Amino acid sequence: MRVLCCVKRVPAPGAKINITADGQDVDSAHLGFAMSPHEECAVEEAVQLADRFEGNSTVLTLGAPEAEEQLRYAASLGVQSAVLLSTDGSPWDPQRTARAIASAVQTLEADDGPFDLILFGNESADSGGFQVGVRVAHALGRPMVNAIKGIEPDLGAGMVTAKREIDGGFEVYKLPLPAVMGVKEGLNLPRYPTMKGRLASKKVEVGVIEAEGEVGGQRRVRLIQPPAQESNTVKLGEGIEAAPAIVDLFDELGLL
Amino acid sequence: MIDILVLAEIDGEAISPATLEAITAARALDGTIHLLLCGSSMDAEAVAEVAGQFGVETVHVAENEVLDVFSPEAWGQALELAIDEISPDVVLASGTSKGNEVLAHAAARLDLPFVANCTQLTADLADHEVALTRIQWGGSLLEEALLTADTRIVSIAHHALEAEPLGTDVADIEAIEMDIDQLYARTHVVGREMAEAGVTLATAPIVFGGGRGVGSAEAFAPLEELAQLLGGRVGCSRAVTNNGWRPHRDQVGQTGTRIAPELYVASGISGAIQHWVGAMASKKILAINTDPEANMVVKADYFVEGDLHKVLPAVIDEIKSRRT
Amino acid sequence: MIDFPSTANVVVIGAGIVGNCLVGHLSDLGWTDIVQIDKGPLPNPGGSTGHASNFIFPVDHNKEMALLGVQSANQYRDLGLSVDSGGIEVARTEERMAEFNRRMTSAMAWGVEAQLLTPAQVKELVPFINENVILGGFYCPTVSVVDSLETGTQMRKKAQEAGNLSVFANTMVTDLLTENSHVPGQKKITGVVTDKGTIMANTVVIATGCWSNQTANLAGAYIPLVPAVHQMADVGPMDILAETNNEIGYPIVRDMDTFCYERQSSGSMEVGSYAHRPILHHPDEIPSNEEAALSPTEMPFTPDDFDQQMEEAIELMDMLGDAEIKYAINGLLSLTPDAMPCLGEIPEVRNLWAASAVWVKEGPGMAQVVAEWMTYGYPRVIDAHASDIARFYEQEKSDDHIWARAEEHFNKTYGIVHPSEQWEGRRNLQVSPYFSRQEALGAEFFSARTWERPQWYNSNADLVERYGLSEREVEWDNRWWSPITLGEHLNLRENAGMVDLSAFQVYELSGPGAVAYAEYLAVNKVDKPVGSSVYTPWLTPDGGFHSDLTMMRTAEDTVRIVTGVFDGGRDSFWIKKHMPETGVTFKDITLETTTLGVWGPNAPAVVGALTDHDLSQEGSPYGSLRNVELQTASGPIKATLFRISYVGDTGWEIYTAWDNGPALWDALMEAGAEHGLRPTGGGVYGTSGRLEKGYRLMGAELESEYSPVEAGLARPMVKAADFIGKEAYLKAREDGPAAKMCTFTVEDNTDSQGRKRYMQGGNEPIMTVAGERIVDSHGRVSRVCTAGPGPSVGKHLLLGYLPADMVEVGADFKVMYMNELFPIKVAAIEGSVFDPDDTRLKG
Repeated sequence: MRVLCCVKRVPAPGAKINITADGQDVDSAHLGFAMSPHEECAVEEAVQLADRFEGNSTVLTLGAPEAEEQLRYAASLGVQSAVLLSTDGSPWDPQRTARAIASAVQTLEADDGPFDLILFGNESADSGGFQVGVRVAHALGRPMVNAIKGIEPDLGAGMVTAKREIDGGFEVYKLPLPAVMGVKEGLNLPRYPTMKGRLASKKVEVGVIEAEGEVGGQRRVRLIQPPAQESNTVKLGEGIEAAPAIVDLFDELGLL
Repeated sequence: MIDILVLAEIDGEAISPATLEAITAARALDGTIHLLLCGSSMDAEAVAEVAGQFGVETVHVAENEVLDVFSPEAWGQALELAIDEISPDVVLASGTSKGNEVLAHAAARLDLPFVANCTQLTADLADHEVALTRIQWGGSLLEEALLTADTRIVSIAHHALEAEPLGTDVADIEAIEMDIDQLYARTHVVGREMAEAGVTLATAPIVFGGGRGVGSAEAFAPLEELAQLLGGRVGCSRAVTNNGWRPHRDQVGQTGTRIAPELYVASGISGAIQHWVGAMASKKILAINTDPEANMVVKADYFVEGDLHKVLPAVIDEIKSRRT
Repeated sequence: MIDFPSTANVVVIGAGIVGNCLVGHLSDLGWTDIVQIDKGPLPNPGGSTGHASNFIFPVDHNKEMALLGVQSANQYRDLGLSVDSGGIEVARTEERMAEFNRRMTSAMAWGVEAQLLTPAQVKELVPFINENVILGGFYCPTVSVVDSLETGTQMRKKAQEAGNLSVFANTMVTDLLTENSHVPGQKKITGVVTDKGTIMANTVVIATGCWSNQTANLAGAYIPLVPAVHQMADVGPMDILAETNNEIGYPIVRDMDTFCYERQSSGSMEVGSYAHRPILHHPDEIPSNEEAALSPTEMPFTPDDFDQQMEEAIELMDMLGDAEIKYAINGLLSLTPDAMPCLGEIPEVRNLWAASAVWVKEGPGMAQVVAEWMTYGYPRVIDAHASDIARFYEQEKSDDHIWARAEEHFNKTYGIVHPSEQWEGRRNLQVSPYFSRQEALGAEFFSARTWERPQWYNSNADLVERYGLSEREVEWDNRWWSPITLGEHLNLRENAGMVDLSAFQVYELSGPGAVAYAEYLAVNKVDKPVGSSVYTPWLTPDGGFHSDLTMMRTAEDTVRIVTGVFDGGRDSFWIKKHMPETGVTFKDITLETTTLGVWGPNAPAVVGALTDHDLSQEGSPYGSLRNVELQTASGPIKATLFRISYVGDTGWEIYTAWDNGPALWDALMEAGAEHGLRPTGGGVYGTSGRLEKGYRLMGAELESEYSPVEAGLARPMVKAADFIGKEAYLKAREDGPAAKMCTFTVEDNTDSQGRKRYMQGGNEPIMTVAGERIVDSHGRVSRVCTAGPGPSVGKHLLLGYLPADMVEVGADFKVMYMNELFPIKVAAIEGSVFDPDDTRLKG
């Protein structure tokens, strides 16, 4: 089984996200970088599936050369190959991104055969466009479902069962392979890299493809902070003395 | 006058509250509002009645048996065909999981841009270019963006505004026979696995959230007891699930569940941005924390300064004594 | 909620380990109305304490760091917030094994239990170690792991419960208020402005760790430290660790030659490194609590910098390779230009105190130092001159300097640092007027803070042959040393030597109150006729040494003060600190003045060639100042001849204007050619010459822990005038010495391998013949303060204190060096081993 997971390098923010002076980007001066949390689960799933079904896993990202850090991170978790769709690091719109990835997948598949499963994060942690995976699936003509929190392939039948979390439970889908999915955190509990994994990841060769894609119709003007929420916090009290006031509040809101 | 097409999502037997938000947003654009209802499994007249109250002129029922069960691919094609048919200037859905998904499919099929989770569409829509504001980082930042397309496909961020009825009109119903590719049955929902009955995190009227400050899996016991006493649910921060104290389905946040209860009681939660964006739609927030400057406290409506391990048991005692 | 205060007796900024322990100690010492603020939340406001690895290795070669480490460890123990995990330093190289012998010696000095282990013994204690990559271990059973956050909380609580402290977290200092003090160029602190309000206070302490300099800058002051990255990764879980059911069940391992440590933390292992490239940050680059993903000082991990350490860690403990890296940070800690803390009152701003660049391992002790300093005018627990923030010169207070020095010493954190080791970078910050001449003569420069001083001149290499000298046998003893220095010594005793003393720090007090003020500073009488001088201690209020220096009555209302380069900052601040409101003007004339010393039997002939002045003991008596004209090739120059000697032969310190320096040098060299005059380095002036005469040195023999009575510097009479420390001094005279300074001769310096060894003066313990550690009735250990050659007496010499009742000329003792004992003998007490009657000086 061949699994491809697509990840995005995003800043790992604290309680406050700063914006650069020109408003074009998040100020990452103090920040480390990571892949989006959903994608960490995609990578974990790819590693587990490749293990279980004696297949292999590939990680792909589109971004500046620095995004190699996230590819190596995936490699340190056990992903065997890595591909960087190299850009100058400026934000790419979703259409353009999807075009570049779809074209790269076709190139990779022409060389090494098709991927049975292509995993995306449900949405990126930063720009949250909710569409790159769908667009890639459409370009490849493959079935695609989003918000997946459970994956169980049946390679003999050429099918995969996927579970989507809905309020109060799951919806179940059965897709023919090859398929594409947008996965969500909770799919699994991603492992941390081991030291040996980290050291091994340095030996993984990163294939670099110059990213190409026609610009789409969405363009950033600027990032802004949401209007500051007025802090009108009412202090109900301190310690156990506050218990009656808390229960009064429950009562007031009709919750008691 | 422009034409606006809204994708309908169904919640049980009715049009979903999120869709009503999208319709309410559509009204601000001052045009004719169309609603696309995929499949014939719904009582179209009931939908038309509610939709009409919110300002929808016409409910278009896309008829094809493939559409009767949700399939993102099939619904995406239905939306594409409806766009061909109606030629709307703007296509809207609520920025829910499925709303965004179906819009993405339609946009991919039409090779049009799609902008997810907008809070505002500001510019003159007669113009080719549309200025809009959308959420990023799950809501902790906003992006002002330009959308260049003849048909503007946009989702409205869930909870960005309140759905408000307009009057008592009933919408017209028009059926559209659609030629949907039978292949798309491949992404049909083939079953459901529902958890035990009762309120869910997303629908609970009161949620008791615990963070790193709770300290251990066992220490969630008073939160559980309170949730049971008041018919609520227990939620938690990402730090808690990462520590393995609670399952991921309890996580409130950008990558977990977004909640909107009457009251969110956040105990021992510092309020990292990822958690806040999952909780910010709560009607009221009560923070219980030892640190009066914690982010969660500053943003909360109510605050109790203190150790949750002492405060929560006292609250339980108080409730019990009032009930007896 | 308590209202935010508008006044306080003292505001302590910072609630890390230092600020917290400080408020606890201040409260214990009787301070009331203390306000403590921190910009972050409690109990972990986000500074370095919050991510510290929290272990204490009690052995350090530096006395202050070692004893305050032990002292701190005991404070943690007393609170019950410490576990003695034990710790093992392992060696991968022979050089490190030799260093372990040195560490055994320091462990003996400080009374710390320690033993050397074979690889197999290491494995018994740490079963998961790969014993094949190590040559041995240095084991300390009292290495401890402490809870620094809880300690801080309890210290605060103690002060709060005593009603002496209010604490305000999440309170950002936005400004420090100052006004001019009565000393020109110095300000005084008046208050602290925060985002919650302004607190007026006459005393403020900066304990803001990494942010200290940023805080100090608000008052126009400077604390020279830089936040630097120390990488740490937490890997696990591992069964063998988890099974201990303990925060720490195995000894901490320091893999010294890879500059890494492995410290158990419950089921995981924390791997920390001082091996990566130095990564320094400007305080402005540290994120706020809100902006930081973890905490401000837990910066994003840069894995590329850590890969090498991972490989080495796995080599040492294979099980680490398969454990998950759950947490990894670029943790910030504070580095200073000289690797010592910044404590004490900040010279630029009166009553603004620094308690900075202190790590968890010495936090409680350092906090006690500062609290005592604030309370008693001087620390009592230990002499802290090496941490005194006043030690820095202006050139040391720049980012360029701090960064360069921090970069240079970061990788020496676990390094093997020679006691005489010299800095490579940021040299020549201040050179004397003779620098180019000295360079031409092949001078080997040693730096003294910012100043460059020749230690010896390679141009004198011929003296090695003339006197039949040789290199030392063991490379370590020979490092930063040359037999040329012995040649220069013997030549000075035979002919004459000329020493560049430009690094002397020279100050002038003038005005109607100058002499009276000078009198108040000094133990000995300054109010003597114009043209006379006095060598005198300056005491702390408790009667210990603040300084020893020379004061000269240069005019009716002028006193010149000459002190050593290592103490200039401390002494000039001391002068300003006690300065009366009116009547005295202070001036630093160091860079207006240059000094050359000429000594040796031929010195009168050499100097006499430049002047007609009567240079006999009548015309230029010992201790006198004589203003003369000296003939040089550039014409006559004005100079002051000060007949004095720190090397034991007759001669003068010649003071002249800085610009006259080169002409003076050339004239003396020319005149000296026929008298065997050689340029002579600090090896003679500072070590062999003074040791043979038993002259004491501030910072070595003289410390605040010892009194003049003990140092052998008490005069028969005490002057009538009041002076700082007088009461304590009188009492010390009455009580008699608990210890006495002695000169020892090394009777046999052959080690067990038949090699001649030479003690370096690095606190080697002086022991009984039976090999027992010696401690006096005040708990002070007998140790070598200075060691060096005595070429004219043919023996290696040591200076050190002995308990008074053990002092007897001729008594036998032993000294430990590199973990071996060598026989030594008390050769002199108040006198000297060379020319004890001073006939060569005064005859």
